[in-house]
This record gives sequence, structure tokens and C-alpha cells, in this order.
Amino acid sequence: MKLFSGISLGQFIPGDSFIHNLDPRCKIICVFSIIGGLFAASRVADFIMWAALLLVICGLSRVSVRVVIRSARPVIFLMLITVLLNLFLTPGRDMARIGFLRITYEGVYLASEMGLRLFFLVVFASMLMMTTSPMSFSDGTERLLSPLAVVGFPASEMAMMMTIALRFIPTLLEETDRILKAQISRGVDFESGGLLKRARSFIPVLIPLFILVFQRAENLAVAMESRCYVPGRKRARLSALKWSRADTLTLAAVIAVITAIIVIDRNIDSILHLISL
Amino acid sequence: MSIKIENLACAYNIGTPSVYAALRGVSVTIERGEWLSVVGHTGSGKSTLAQHLNALLIPQSGSVEIDGVSVTPKTKSLRNLRKKVGLVFQYPEMQFFSESVREEIEFAPLNWGAGKDELDDIVKDAAASVGLGEELLAANPFSLSGGQKRRVAVASVIAVKPDYLVLDEPTAGLDAAGIRELMALLGRIRASGVAVVQVTHDLQSALEHSDRLLVLEEGVSVSEGTIEETAEFLLKNPVRGLVIPPLVRFAAGLRDKGLNLPLTSEVGAIVKALEEYRGTLNNETV
Repeated sequence: MKLFSGISLGQFIPGDSFIHNLDPRCKIICVFSIIGGLFAASRVADFIMWAALLLVICGLSRVSVRVVIRSARPVIFLMLITVLLNLFLTPGRDMARIGFLRITYEGVYLASEMGLRLFFLVVFASMLMMTTSPMSFSDGTERLLSPLAVVGFPASEMAMMMTIALRFIPTLLEETDRILKAQISRGVDFESGGLLKRARSFIPVLIPLFILVFQRAENLAVAMESRCYVPGRKRARLSALKWSRADTLTLAAVIAVITAIIVIDRNIDSILHLISL
Repeated sequence: MSIKIENLACAYNIGTPSVYAALRGVSVTIERGEWLSVVGHTGSGKSTLAQHLNALLIPQSGSVEIDGVSVTPKTKSLRNLRKKVGLVFQYPEMQFFSESVREEIEFAPLNWGAGKDELDDIVKDAAASVGLGEELLAANPFSLSGGQKRRVAVASVIAVKPDYLVLDEPTAGLDAAGIRELMALLGRIRASGVAVVQVTHDLQSALEHSDRLLVLEEGVSVSEGTIEETAEFLLKNPVRGLVIPPLVRFAAGLRDKGLNLPLTSEVGAIVKALEEYRGTLNNETV
């Protein structure tokens, strides 16, 4: 039985590629820029360019495209809901009718746009997490947010909370898988019966999982306290972050690509007109 | 009636850079009423093998046959097979969710359709067979000692009367007294005709109680045999992560000096052999 195998959201894949070796701050700025770009340029045709950018990043990071695409699996339900809502609820010219449901040309376009945008948002964010270890992600976030400390923003605490949350995603998935399997071997049937029966069959999974989460949280708190963790206190770093020329060039290249995609998106009609001449 | 495993292979994270083969062509047969210990270092594939025995994992290649029924993705009776092969996971007390020991034990029988009228007898039988007194049935399982929790976990699995009982690292986290209690319990279960499969890296207990041992290294079966055969193999071919118990080393050392001692970590067997040797010496002196 396949339970949580193959879920790669938030999992770091160790490696020694060009992307892995970039400064985490560079990767974070790049991904947030790309996310901004996805909102600025998200015609269906633009996604060909976003896909090309993703392929280049995959190649430079030596992470297989299949793994990156698979990282969108956990949000597939959310994507499906978004697509269906847009497909059936967008007003416009009639394309087809299924009973009382009406599909419009505009609905199909908007559903494709929203679905693809959500998909690319998730895979670019996953790409960041797959190539950045939780520790360096935390360091990078803390350094990027540190200027906000002057207005009282708890940058280091935020970074620590994010690190812990990300660090525990795979662990909790593993624990959930183990508890699910243990209850299956005690005869629980998660796959048959109505919605209510299926929901109830998860009680023997959720209770031990909650207990485990609280136990882990307590152990972690004790471990941090015993190592003198004080929120907000300045700490020395084992390896200091170093911004290199490769980071500057990468950031410049990514911003140039994003700008190019937005420019093309805004002027697509003129470009097509020029090509036709 | 047996569990037959032929050339079983299993890999995790297929299609990712972190793909690894947990099992690579393992074959073994488990007969009812025997005690087989599967030993190996962490990551040798022991737990993966245990989950195949219970049909929680379906063979990617090779075959698993439980009492003549093949485990394949198309097998319709997987739940029935799981009833035949009880599986106690590592730290099983972490899967408790009920408010009383009684509810925890009756959980599996209820899932397999036991009637309300027979539940009381089932719970009392299972509790008695693991040595839990009736006064503990109303107790909260989370308030019990480590050894008691482990016995509740075993009771909750044997309550459905499996023909095979697989235990993944059953001694993990238990103190010496808890381990002794658990091993005695498993001995009683085996004596009742149930096959006991103990998956462990604790060579001490495996070389003391098993009928046969299967040694796994990097997902490959490197040895299969009796306690004596396995101890001899491990003395000649050390396996990473498996520490040979001092008593077996002691017996092997004396063997080299000409004393025919059994290679086991069971104190009684060594003492008996030494007493026999003393008797022989006395006779020779007379």
C-alpha cells in the first residue's frame, strides 16, 4: 500500500551542484522574484517560458524533473478545486454544457491559467527547499529579515520556527506512515466504506500522532534549552554565509529572464504583429 | 503451512536521487511453530522484510506466499492475510490511542468482525496469555510501565489469534527485566504453535532463543541456519553492526583450546556443557 511514499514537499536533496552551492539568500530572492513574476505574467503562453526556466534550473541543480513535478502532488487537491471552480463559475461565451453546469471559453482559459500558476508556484518553491538545507535556509532567511529587527521584528525566532517546521515535515510523514501501517496490520480498513466511516477510521492514527508531536516538541524544547538557546540572542555561526560573484550573476540572470517574460507578456500582440510582417 | 519468500527485492525512493535498495534477492521459508530471528545492522532491510511478511508491502520483484496465497497487487484477500500474520511494530506503544487496556486489546478483533458477546473472552484470553492481570484491563495504557505497554501491544495483536507473529525490534527500549519477560512470553507463544519472527539487531537475545537465524547485510541474506551455524558464520565473517555476545566468544575461545562447548549465548547450555566436561575429568582422575 502506497501511503506517504514519494511525497517530497519540503525535503532537502543533498547535492553538489551549481544551484546547491549558491548562497541561500540568492536562492530565496530568486524564488520570490519568480513568484512575483508568475503573478505579473501568467498567460497560458507565458508558462512555456516559465517551464523553460524551470528546466534550466533543474539541469543546473541535477535534480530530476520527475522529482520536481512530483513535489506538487500534496497540493493536487487544491489545484483541482481551483481549476474546477474557475472552469464552472467563470461567466463568458458558452463552450459546453454538462447538465446544469456550464463551461465557457473564458472559464477554460482562466482554469488553465490558475492551475498552471499554482503548479509553478509550488514547484519553484519546492526547488528552493530541495536544493537548500534547512540550516542554510534558516540562516538565509534570518539574514534577509535582519534589517527588520530595528522595528522589533523577531527575525531569528521566525527563522528558527521555519527551520523546525520544515525539518519535521519528513519526520512526521514517516511517523504517520508507520502509525497507519501499524493500524492497518491491526485490521483498520482505510479504503472502504462511506466518507464518515473513513474519517472515523483515522481516529486511531490522529490520536497517537498528536501525542507523538507533543512528545517530540517537548523533547526538542528540552534539548534546545539544555544547549542554552535564548530567543533573539546573537549567536556565532559554524559557517558564515558568503555572497559570491556566482550569486550576483545568477540573481542578475534570473531577474533579466523574469523581466523578459513580463515584457514579452505585455507586448505579445506587437511581437506577433512584428513576426507576421 | 508456511510463509515462502523467494528472491524478494525492494527499493525505496525510486526515481529520486536518494533511491536505495532495501532488499536484494532475499529468500527464506518460515514454518509454523518455529522461532526465526532476522538479524542485521540498521538499514540492512530487516524492517522492510517484516512488512512484506504482513502484506503491508507488496513485492516489487520476487514473491511472497503466505499459506499458499501469493501476495500481489491483485490479491483480494490482503486483509485476511494480515489477520494470519500479526505484526508488532517497533515501539508499538506509540500507536496506542484508547483510554483503557481493554479497548486497546479489543481494537483488532473488532476490526475483523468479532461479536460483542465474544469480545470479553477474547480480551481476557489475550491479556492472560501475555501475563496481564484482569485488574489492568481498566487501566490507562499510557500509565503502564515499559514492559507492560509492550505486553499490551503484543496482546492487541495476538487477540486475533494469528498463525505467525512478527515483531520488529521487540526489545528496543526495554530494561533487562522487560526483555526477559518478553522473551519468556514469545517462548510461550511459539510453544502454542504460532511462528515467531523476531526482527532485531540484538544478537544476544537472538542467539539465545531462536530455532533459526537469518542474517541480512545491505539487503542481502548472508547466512541462514541454527544458532550454532550462525555463531560459527559470524565468528568467521564479522557483519557490520552485529556484536557477537561475550558468552559466544568465551565458548569459541574454549573450543579453540579443545573444549567442545555449544556456541550459544544461553548461560544454561554453557554451564551444562562445562559440568559434563567436569564429570569427564573426574572420571578420568578416578
